[in-house]
Amino acid sequence: MSSLSLTKAFVTLLRRDLLLVMRRRSEAVNPVLFFIIVTSLFPFGTSSDTALLQQIAPGIVWVAALLAAMLSLDAIFRSDFEDGSLEQLMLSPHPASVLVLAKVMAHWLVTGVPLLIAAPFMALLYGLPSEALPTLLISLLIGTPVLSLVGSVGVALTVALRQGGVILSLLVLPLYVPVLIFGSGAVELAVQGFSPAANLYMLSAILALAVVFTPWPASAALRLSLS
Amino acid sequence: MSNEYSHAILKANALTCIRDTNVLFENLSFTVESGQVLVVEGRNGSGKTSLLRILSGIRQQDEGTVAWDGESIDKLGAAYRQDMAYLGHQNGIKHELTAAENLQMARIYGKITNDSLDSALETTGLIEQADIMAANLSAGQKRRLALARLLLTDCCLWILDEPLTTLDKAGIQLFESLLKQHVASGGVAVLSSHHELNFDGSNIIRMSLS
Repeated sequence: MSSLSLTKAFVTLLRRDLLLVMRRRSEAVNPVLFFIIVTSLFPFGTSSDTALLQQIAPGIVWVAALLAAMLSLDAIFRSDFEDGSLEQLMLSPHPASVLVLAKVMAHWLVTGVPLLIAAPFMALLYGLPSEALPTLLISLLIGTPVLSLVGSVGVALTVALRQGGVILSLLVLPLYVPVLIFGSGAVELAVQGFSPAANLYMLSAILALAVVFTPWPASAALRLSLS
Repeated sequence: MSNEYSHAILKANALTCIRDTNVLFENLSFTVESGQVLVVEGRNGSGKTSLLRILSGIRQQDEGTVAWDGESIDKLGAAYRQDMAYLGHQNGIKHELTAAENLQMARIYGKITNDSLDSALETTGLIEQADIMAANLSAGQKRRLALARLLLTDCCLWILDEPLTTLDKAGIQLFESLLKQHVASGGVAVLSSHHELNFDGSNIIRMSLS
């Protein structure tokens, strides 16, 4: 297989997944709706004290983003598994890890990017100082792809199980913790007026590792799930 | 479909498949080569699907080897998958895409013949359904669509699990003629079927799993 046809396969698969999402929109808006609902409910449940809200905002926005991503993880491979497309994907001569990467990228474009758009509005709700806003966006921009990448390994392992949801969260949540710590930590530092650079560098390092090291185990896990 | 395949041999050597604690088959050996069709027969649960999945490389055999042109399929990897097309119980069709779009996506699954998409739809009698969502196709039409994909991806070896399910009489005839063409141009086919295939006896091998 030439690299040209591999690029074509990558783009075709990415386009296919995005087209599928366009055609069943209700599923696609779920994660961002969840994110908005959770973040907007917290101020009602705690207090209207601006100082307190500012303090908890980074953590809440990040936890909501993390749960929203997890809620939608199953969609990466579920429908392909059920209609036999996954078999065909795994039997294609193209490297499975590259195809997995295309599917994960589609998942991030559909679930991660809407969070980036919604996050500034939620930050306003918490009275987050505008200096911290770029940090919030950058941390989400670097962090949410990690959620999709790491999650893909978990879904690949559990897609063949009928009640895989609980196991999936047990598998994936511990791996999400570093992202949560560095992501919300960066925003916290920015709120306090310090430089968030160190945390953002750590997040970037995690992203780089995830891009390189998750597609391979995910495709191996998919083969296991199919056999 | 139009091109000739070079001579090829699929050889299974002493295959054993165990499901849970159940031995489905043991020490199974056979050879199929260009121009031949292997029909796997046997009652429900005799391991037909497991065998076909082992041959396609989806499932790992418990013992034995599968070789394509003298080389183990595990070793061949992508090179084997490029030569092989598998059609299982599920059609691998996306319901939210139209018939034509589904075929366009076939390029993800491997190289594509020069045959145009339209001619694959034409051959399988789906040309009028090209722009209809796959969800609205009947079960038989979905199976035809899966067969159209088979024509589009240019593979020497076909591994087909119950290809005739849900096909009507005309569909079965269509499949038989496609299979004949495939074998005549030097292709190899392994399939499981409950239906009697109307096929010249010379190049058909029947194997019963019991």
